[in-house]
Amino acid sequence: MSGEGTSGAGSQRELPVMSGHVEVPSWRLLLTLGIAGALAGLLIVFVYQATQPRIQAYKALQLRLAVSEVLASPSRWDTLYVHDGALLLTPPTDVDAGSLEMVFLGYREDGSRAGYAIQGAEAGFQDIIELIFGYNAETNTVLGMKVLANKETPGLGDKIVKDSAFVAEFGGAETPLAGVKSARATGAANEVDMITGATISSRAVINIINHQLERLGPMLNAYLQEAS
Amino acid sequence: MSNMAWIFISAMVVNNFTLAYFLGLCPFMGVSGRVDTALKMGAANIFVLTVASVCAWFLNTFILPYAPFLRLISFIVVIASTVQITEMVIKKLSPALFRALGIYLPLITTNCAILFMAISQTNRGYNFLEGLFFAFGAGAGLTLALVLMASIREDLVFAKVPAIARGNAIVFIIAGILSLAFMGFAGLLSA
Amino acid sequence: MPKQTTPGQDLTRGIWRENPVLIQMLGLCPALAVTNTVVNSLAMGLATFFVLFCSSLLVATFKKFIPHEVRITTYILIIATFVTIADMLLEAIVPEVHKALGAFIALIVVNCMILGRQEAFSSKNTVPRALLDATGTGIGFIIALFLMGGIREVLGYGSFLGFPLFGGNYEPWIIFILPPGGFLTIGFILLALNWWERRKAERSKSDLPGAVAVERAA
Repeated sequence: MSGEGTSGAGSQRELPVMSGHVEVPSWRLLLTLGIAGALAGLLIVFVYQATQPRIQAYKALQLRLAVSEVLASPSRWDTLYVHDGALLLTPPTDVDAGSLEMVFLGYREDGSRAGYAIQGAEAGFQDIIELIFGYNAETNTVLGMKVLANKETPGLGDKIVKDSAFVAEFGGAETPLAGVKSARATGAANEVDMITGATISSRAVINIINHQLERLGPMLNAYLQEAS
Repeated sequence: MSNMAWIFISAMVVNNFTLAYFLGLCPFMGVSGRVDTALKMGAANIFVLTVASVCAWFLNTFILPYAPFLRLISFIVVIASTVQITEMVIKKLSPALFRALGIYLPLITTNCAILFMAISQTNRGYNFLEGLFFAFGAGAGLTLALVLMASIREDLVFAKVPAIARGNAIVFIIAGILSLAFMGFAGLLSA
Repeated sequence: MPKQTTPGQDLTRGIWRENPVLIQMLGLCPALAVTNTVVNSLAMGLATFFVLFCSSLLVATFKKFIPHEVRITTYILIIATFVTIADMLLEAIVPEVHKALGAFIALIVVNCMILGRQEAFSSKNTVPRALLDATGTGIGFIIALFLMGGIREVLGYGSFLGFPLFGGNYEPWIIFILPPGGFLTIGFILLALNWWERRKAERSKSDLPGAVAVERAA
């Protein structure tokens, strides 16, 4: 950018066609960029404010639907925050609640517990797989599994979403889960048949659940102990 | 540590930026006629990617939490500035290299790969080191794709390409076959 | 720079003869990455059209206030603003499509086609002309993406716009919705275009239509 400026180039006149022959003062360059930046920022903030309510509402709805599905439509649930190795019903005041990991504890109409709904995400075959699963801490069984986001290979890896038999495998499976290729299944309660041709995606799903339970298991049990 | 290895290998071959994500196609189609040019372009890309990764990490950690909607604008400004600065640095340190790279450097600004890398790094929540491995792997993958295409095109000059395929058509078909071959890397280093 | 094209030409040349994707080879990243279904292709095409139209409007309106030295940065700033807006609008209106398009919406900002039109046309012409040019180019972009998406979804999923076409026994050619399919599809389209051009040339017995002059952004 030019360091020196001439006094020419009035603010409203068009620059001569042979640009480069008239030096534009640097302050004018910065002013243009500054104004453009400010206007751009204003416009973006305006649209942001206008669209955020709808976007947040959609995300909340998706989460509600997912929790409801993996816990077999509980009548209500508590949102528990993971903090300092324990589950808390109310988030600590000195921490931003939005940044804490959340676990959901569902209740049926009669007040009995329906189970925990836990989210997890890890690398699959192509990219990160995000899922949510229902878990009964008292009987150590998985209640259901729903893949929330994945970029697995269409027709192969994405069967973790589309193959209803695979998804059904998780209902009632004991933890820790063990993935087996269907030919070698022994019928044990913790076995999950992996999808032929999509073993890596299947194993990723199983690993997500096992790893989350390894980490959160003690906290889940501790919370139940306290509550009763 | 194995996580870093997965990030690197994934970015380099399993999810190659050019052959799997279609990024960096402008230079891929335009530059890849000669191997030495391809290597230089690749090296410039690796450098810009690494610097952009560091800058993106700084922005994400310290500034953007207060204004997430300004992410795109700040990334693109940072990338453009990085390229500008890189150009000036190379010009000062090695005029020969600057002349050799010629017009390729400014073209990196519009290389979707840099922006995509910054955005992916943000979306996947990589920390500083993971971001670096990611950027490095992406750059290595870009270079690999460029060099492979360049060496094939060097030999293509001596082949009898049908008239209707000459030009970009044959290059795309070759790219398709390369992409198909790279699918064989799928699952490398996964659990 | 004296303008020799008519308004009609400004509108129509971007649609086919100087199609930004198939002839000028610009905007290839989105053209290949998100065209695995027709819905995604149309969404990306419309989003890009929106950004191109609004950017051209602003650049043509304020061209007298933008100094030459910082023009590229200013154009990019304008384009990035509208891409951010398009991203938020898509997320609010069609969240599933937004999720499918993912990071590629943000990549509209580095689509050389948009920057190229600002540099080559909008910054040097009146607002109405710039809008015509943007409309033509945008329509051309949508057509190219629609063509790619149509081929890839029909062959790769056996459906169109989500509606199954071939009944249960069709074994989809999955390759077409995978990355190699993107490359192969555009390669075959180019083969077809080249074949068509040569036939036209032989028929009219005049010189081969030369490659259309391509203006690239700096």
